[in-house]
Amino acid sequence: MTQPTETAPLLEIKTLTKHFPVYRQGLVRREIGRVRAVDNVSFNLYPGETLGLVGESGCGKTTTGRTILRALTPSSGEVWFNSADTRTNLAGLESKQLKPLRRQMQMIFQDPFSSLNPRMTIGDIVGEPLRIHRMARGAVLRAQVAEMLHRVGLNPEHASRYPHAFSGGQRQRVGIARALVMRPQLVIADEAVSALDVSVQAQIINLLEELQTEFNLTLLFIAHDISVVRHMCDRIAVMYAGKIVELAKTDELFENPCHPYTRLLLSAVPLPDPDKKMHFPAKGQVVDLSRLPTGCAFHPRCIHCKENCRTYTPDLYDHEGRQVACHLYAEQDQF
Amino acid sequence: MEKADTVLDVTQLEVRFRIEEGDLPAVNGVDFSLRRGSTLALVGESGCGKSVTSLAIMRLINPPGRIAGGSIRIQPSGRDTIDITALSEKDDLLYSVRCGMIGMIFQEPMTALSPVHTIGNQICEAILLHCNVNEKTAQERAIAMLDNVGISNAAQRMRQYPHELSGGLRQRVVIAMALAAEPEILIADEPTTALDVTIQAQILQLLKELQQKTGVSILFITHDLGVVAQVADDVAVMYMGRIAEYGPVRNVLKNPRHPYTRALLQSLPALHRRGERLASIPGRVPSLANVPEGCSFHPRCQYAEQKLCDIPPAPQLQQAAEEHSTACLRWQDVFAEKTQ
Ligand SMILES: Nc1ncnc2c1ncn2[C@@H]1O[C@H](COP(=O)(O)OP(=O)(O)OP(=O)(O)O)[C@@H](O)[C@H]1O
Ligand SMILES: Nc1ncnc2c1ncn2[C@@H]1O[C@H](COP(=O)(O)OP(=O)(O)OP(=O)(O)O)[C@@H](O)[C@H]1O
Ligand SMILES: [Mg+2]
Ligand SMILES: [Mg+2]
Repeated sequence: MTQPTETAPLLEIKTLTKHFPVYRQGLVRREIGRVRAVDNVSFNLYPGETLGLVGESGCGKTTTGRTILRALTPSSGEVWFNSADTRTNLAGLESKQLKPLRRQMQMIFQDPFSSLNPRMTIGDIVGEPLRIHRMARGAVLRAQVAEMLHRVGLNPEHASRYPHAFSGGQRQRVGIARALVMRPQLVIADEAVSALDVSVQAQIINLLEELQTEFNLTLLFIAHDISVVRHMCDRIAVMYAGKIVELAKTDELFENPCHPYTRLLLSAVPLPDPDKKMHFPAKGQVVDLSRLPTGCAFHPRCIHCKENCRTYTPDLYDHEGRQVACHLYAEQDQF
Repeated sequence: MEKADTVLDVTQLEVRFRIEEGDLPAVNGVDFSLRRGSTLALVGESGCGKSVTSLAIMRLINPPGRIAGGSIRIQPSGRDTIDITALSEKDDLLYSVRCGMIGMIFQEPMTALSPVHTIGNQICEAILLHCNVNEKTAQERAIAMLDNVGISNAAQRMRQYPHELSGGLRQRVVIAMALAAEPEILIADEPTTALDVTIQAQILQLLKELQQKTGVSILFITHDLGVVAQVADDVAVMYMGRIAEYGPVRNVLKNPRHPYTRALLQSLPALHRRGERLASIPGRVPSLANVPEGCSFHPRCQYAEQKLCDIPPAPQLQQAAEEHSTACLRWQDVFAEKTQ
């Protein structure tokens, strides 16, 4: 993946929004507020690229992934999926119309312990999507499952065992096999390696990279571990309080982070080198998405905060080949 | 290492769990010491015995587990050495060790806090328990304590319940409680693992400041080598209930002298260029029911030598450099090879 912007995107996400209503408890359920989990998010995913989505806990990463795949219904916005010669807005489809598209988009989940059904064998778990979509059965299905298990580094005899007999890393391989057995074009990996120890994490990262090349996968890689994202991704989108605040090529983001939140985030990562001391940030707390501050949601923690930051929410501005949602990078005449 | 400088000394500690699969050696002959006023990091992958070691220090190992051997000694300033392993369960001294000399931040912050009491009540209770003060003084001290750990509006926060606080604030409350009795030793078991990096950085900074202010000695348990590099003076790397390598943090992370430590470092994405294949350790950690003979890492070690690494006894730590020791029998060959 070199210059993503020259090809047509596989996925175009436009002003995607997902709000969860907050109800008052009691006899009469009344909406008293909203959690703005995903708020006006727009970005493109190009074929074959890995786009990282990072940000702190609760900023809306998982909700973004689930809304794109229509595991959740968006509150508003569009998700255009371009496949071969068809162009479909996933956000506007009924669930029946979605089914044929689903096999082209899969998700790998964080928790290798709870995401696998404990009462199904590994073979059944991996073969289930093929069965649901009636893509294979009988000996053909078994052969495809065996081949996929082999691809992710498991043995054919593992097919008859149950999840409890596997380690965390092995279960994550099962999750990957299940997602890839349909040969999807798009995979959303939600914290797929976060629960694993570093040595096992390294095995899974290597595996994902191999499979990505082999199957020409487009990957949306959600994670909170910035060093993993840096290693895996071509481009990175940084999310804060339901919005994308910066989107840039990986190297450019690390060489020159522009958004004050990106800078804070990168400086707080502890490097495994005692001679490279991390920067200890000033006070500040994680935002509450149901009680967002006015203006830029980051302004209470921002060292560059000015008057208009408290009042106006910044747009995502184009700035030197990247996008940044900060008034620092706005055109002068916009105020 | 000067003995006089040591506040906690663990020798040949052994903790076993007798369960169906066998008598599992979760901690299998561990040696380390914590220098007064310093931070020692205990690192290793999930299940290697970090939490069990810390629970043993607090004498909180319950059946089916037991301390099966070794000793744990603490040396509070101005007092005689206390052998924690030798104390009887009813000894008052054990009580003051647990509730005064050693403070502990447990791995799960929510289990340390009661959901039905305000945080003010919980901290006051902790203070009343070990310090001979009246309620009003306890109240004042609790507020000062919360202030100390960087919680603003401390007086107001005292009336809140744990669920009303963010993860970062809750962790600060847990730290405040662990420090309430002004312990000489603080055991922090993965105190920042559940937190976002920006909040983690704040907590690490806070612990550093507290250490400078009070001189508390910290045993910091983590699996994150990045955190180790940032907080520790010394580090002990654990694998399958044993210490593989032990020494000053700069030596261990920059010049590892055990193949396991080196492999762990090499599997970190932070130390690789983008897209470069990460090194990974082949195989997986064996079950404690089948600890490999000799060096327990040998089945996964690319340098293992037959009839040396696979025969008992398990290798003990030997000195590889000043204050730096390794349990690898082949460290001289292995690490000479590297510099060729
Ligand atoms: N079904 C739901 N109903 C109400 N609120 C929800 C629901 N799902 C998520 N939220 C809220 O939406 C916000 C975003 O959650 P999300 O899981 O997308 O965050 P995340 O970035 O994936 O966090 P993490 O890193 O912890 O996984 C959170 O405040 C969460 O509490
Ligand atoms: N009550 C128990 N019964 C049986 N085995 C136990 C018990 N408690 C701990 N163990 C075993 O002891 C070993 C060490 O566990 P410990 O909790 O110390 O690991 P750890 O290094 O803290 O791991 P983590 O990083 O996951 O917290 C593990 O193999 C665990 O299964
Ligand atoms: Mg999530
Ligand atoms: Mg533990």
